[in-house]
Amino acid sequence: MKIRDIMMDGLFRQNPTLKLVLGVCSTLALTTSAFDSFGMGIAVTFVLVCSNVIVSLLRNVIPDKVRIPAFVLVIATFVTIVQLFLRKYVNALYASFGVFLPLIVVNCIILGRAEGFASKNKVGFAALDGLFMGLGYTWAMVLIGGIREILGYGTFFGIKLWDFTIDFFASQAGAFFTYGIVIALFVLVWNAIERSQKLKKASANDAPVVEEQKEEN
Amino acid sequence: MNILPIILAAVLSNNFVLIQFLGICPFLGVSQKVDSALGMGIAVTFVMVLTCLVTYPIYNYVLVPLGLAYLEIIVFIFVIASLVQILEMVLKKFIPALYSSMGIYLPLITTNCAILGVAELVLTETLVTGLFEAVLYGLFAGVGFTLAIVLLAGLREKLDKLPLAKCLKGFPATMIASCFMAMAFYAFSLI
Repeated sequence: MKIRDIMMDGLFRQNPTLKLVLGVCSTLALTTSAFDSFGMGIAVTFVLVCSNVIVSLLRNVIPDKVRIPAFVLVIATFVTIVQLFLRKYVNALYASFGVFLPLIVVNCIILGRAEGFASKNKVGFAALDGLFMGLGYTWAMVLIGGIREILGYGTFFGIKLWDFTIDFFASQAGAFFTYGIVIALFVLVWNAIERSQKLKKASANDAPVVEEQKEEN
Repeated sequence: MNILPIILAAVLSNNFVLIQFLGICPFLGVSQKVDSALGMGIAVTFVMVLTCLVTYPIYNYVLVPLGLAYLEIIVFIFVIASLVQILEMVLKKFIPALYSSMGIYLPLITTNCAILGVAELVLTETLVTGLFEAVLYGLFAGVGFTLAIVLLAGLREKLDKLPLAKCLKGFPATMIASCFMAMAFYAFSLI
């Protein structure tokens, strides 16, 4: 039961991008294409899982007063690993991430989960939480990145769809606009689902929510 | 000396918040009121100047000669965290008046990506050729941040009074307001 809660929290209920609105900088900056969004999502998921595991393992060792610097140091180590890996093997992503690759360190989702979840829970749960929070971030990134790439460049994951483009969606202003609208729609849909769930009074059965959310994607 | 181009780029055409998307969290989080937005802006500017002053020499004169440039992320975040901690202690001890107005924003600043961003960007910015320009860049990047956050706070004070649909209240409305500000700042880069 707890695993299902962690899953639902990460993907929808506490979605870091759409519900908690954390880690906004990278979301706005890298959603110009679906591929970059996906790459960033995976990079953040990797760092989240690793840092959650380490923080959870060390939760009884790290003194309370220096816990934030300690968490940041753990996160910075994994970000350096990602940086070195991408520079060597996936140079296209390394180039398009630019300054936002080192900035994963200060992505508030990661520090937030280390402080709010991993430092209080067992390793297995912490790893799962990292995984599903990361995947929640990833699907939201790809959704926003997809919308902006399709409307702004007429392509999706680099595949040409049509010649019609609206430059606004590729610009900085378009990033704010698309993100704002997507949050509003997510809140609207999510509230409607929760209301219909309450009416059904089938509180134990979470399955319909998962299905409806997937259709919306 | 590239003084004027650096000022114009850092404040307007390459505005940290609206064009480069750095420091969005405090931009959205501490922009309910103009006063607190101004306080946050000043605190960020101060730390940015200090950060540039410290990280630029460390990178160029310590890490690069020793061949340790790959450690930059870890070193920078460590320097910033200590800097903020020291600043907090110094202010508390010697300038309590400033501490009481700026102190509450300081802990938030360690995880503000605009600070780590400025430390990284001065290394690659072509206009920056020495320590003086690096500090100048940090100062005016902070001014640009302050300008954007104060403007947004002014807008939000008005925005809260509008009869909006429930799902648009809060973040979505703020995002759309920022969208129009980003358009205005984008116009500067066309000049």
